[in-house]
Amino acid sequence: MARMTMREAISRALWEEMERDERVFIMGEEVGVWGGTYAVTKGFYDRFGEDRVRDTPIAEAAIVGGAIGAALTGARPIAELMTINFAFVAMDHIVNEAAKLHYMFAGQFKLPLVIRAVSGGGRQLGATHSQTPDAVFAHFPGLKVVSPGTPADAKGLLKSAIRSDDPVLFIENATLYQSKGEVPEDEDYLEPLGKSKVQREGDDVTIVAYSKMVPDALKAAERLAEEGIEAEVVDLRSLRPLDMDPVIASFKRTNRAVIAEEGWRSYGVGSEVAARIYELAFDFVDAPVKRVAQAEVPLPYNAKLEQLALPQVEDIYHAAKEVIYG
Amino acid sequence: MEKKDYFDLYREMVIIRRIEERAAELYQKGKIGGFLHLYIGQEAVSAGIGSVRQPQDRLITAYRDHGWAISAGIDPKVVMAELLGKVDGCSQGKGGSMHMADVEKNFWGGHAIVGAHIPIAAGLALGDVYQGNKDAITICMFGDGATNIGFFHEGLNLSKVWNLPVLWVCENNMYGMGTSIDRASAVSEIRQKAEGYGMPNERIEGMDVMQVREDVARVLEVIRKEGGPYLLEILTYRYRGHSMGDPERYRGKDEVKKWEAEDPIGIFRRYLINEGIGTEEELDEQDAQAEEIVEEAVDFAEASPDPEDEALFEHIYAEPTPVEYRGYALSQESEGK
Repeated sequence: MARMTMREAISRALWEEMERDERVFIMGEEVGVWGGTYAVTKGFYDRFGEDRVRDTPIAEAAIVGGAIGAALTGARPIAELMTINFAFVAMDHIVNEAAKLHYMFAGQFKLPLVIRAVSGGGRQLGATHSQTPDAVFAHFPGLKVVSPGTPADAKGLLKSAIRSDDPVLFIENATLYQSKGEVPEDEDYLEPLGKSKVQREGDDVTIVAYSKMVPDALKAAERLAEEGIEAEVVDLRSLRPLDMDPVIASFKRTNRAVIAEEGWRSYGVGSEVAARIYELAFDFVDAPVKRVAQAEVPLPYNAKLEQLALPQVEDIYHAAKEVIYG
Repeated sequence: MEKKDYFDLYREMVIIRRIEERAAELYQKGKIGGFLHLYIGQEAVSAGIGSVRQPQDRLITAYRDHGWAISAGIDPKVVMAELLGKVDGCSQGKGGSMHMADVEKNFWGGHAIVGAHIPIAAGLALGDVYQGNKDAITICMFGDGATNIGFFHEGLNLSKVWNLPVLWVCENNMYGMGTSIDRASAVSEIRQKAEGYGMPNERIEGMDVMQVREDVARVLEVIRKEGGPYLLEILTYRYRGHSMGDPERYRGKDEVKKWEAEDPIGIFRRYLINEGIGTEEELDEQDAQAEEIVEEAVDFAEASPDPEDEALFEHIYAEPTPVEYRGYALSQESEGK
């Protein structure tokens, strides 16, 4: 184990997989000479060269479409989208091509492809650069959508994504890049795709979260613990496939749930998880499931307004108390 | 070319024509669903290119793909079975008319979103270059209508910036659905668009299969020798509507008749007779063989079963992955094949 930031954990996963497998290469905007706009691929260009760390034009359809084509030939490309907001420019290639080709041609086409993208707000980038549209992508069968909340999971999940023969959208959160945690140094440390994980145990209330909401939920749980309330925090880690087993197992003990996501509430991750709780564990419901999410506005630039719109630790804390005390 | 090669090429073009004619009938009878885009009139392009590409050359095209499937070497039976949505189709009935492919034959589809396969084609060539697959060229077809969408420009630019071995082939049939090229494109000579990317380009005639063969073989040689992309605009014409639902209000019957006089099958037939390669009787015999092959294909496709219900959940992912069925997790995982 080594203590490192999520940025280092992601960088380490990429580096190790490129050392391990020559078929793996990176393509995207400013991934090479610049070293990555979030410095995730710093040093890669010097080590692996321009063939394996490919700077692309600012042309997302070419980035994702090109990566799809290369994946079909047996290479294992990692396409980097500077932010998930630019994924809309490549929407057709993500949802109409990557998610469909294996099925539509009856398994003839294999797409060992990873698309990395940064999601989330809170950095005063304004409405077009601050979105958390993760649920949009999780809507499509054929795509795997992964989003880690801890440095260790970031490393283990990204390595699994790179080794997967399926297209994986790997969603990172820029405000988590500096978050620190213990990360296994084993080069074959893998976390399974499509498995939720209990990040904190507790019997009083279930808090379901993913990505940035995981550390926020853990903070809320600490405050609740000070008042004698033990929250169980279940980290989804993967939005598709969605593993409800740890959520349902937890809910059957706590009978109360809060679901926290950074994106908008309507048609969101919380909507899906809440619906499934009601479908799968209706007899165990002691209080209406609460959703914590972003205010339904395009995110403003002003820092105070932006934070007002984003879900906070406070919101999770209060929601947990509400499902317990009504 | 030996006499047999000429006859094979001729018969292939007739097979494509007959398959499309039979497909139109089967569509009218409701046996083929969805959209159906016929290749009739454009046969010299797929047959010409298919007959000069090397096995390592990848083919990828848009949704008007039946002719390409045949020219890629897929058995007409398998093409017809896919049209009927049957389990013996090349995509096991999951793709349909617009999504035919056979990876073994280096035919990478059959793509139905206009222009979306163009960046993917650049990626196929990137994969070959990256993995050191020497001498492989990706041959990517698209219609004139696809050259107005962003994907085309992103794909062409990438291919030139990275010097990827792609033969870009615009099958210019002069209409994007019902909108004529001069109403949709700022330039009606599509090859000019390659100029903007500093890419060598040419406009050639596409109704004479021998001419297509000669021009394409020459250009493939250039790409193999010098690397990098090349754009060929091939002038052709589809005799039928854009799809079966096309009212064809945008062009007159005279225009279609004029082009039919230049029928690619007729041109090739006259060539074979004039050059003394075949007689009328011999070519009639080829016509009869083609007819028989297509009828067998129809019988085969009609007899082929629908896919099993379980097929619904196959091929969602390559790896074993839990799948959901109307809100209930299935007891078994998706087979991951």
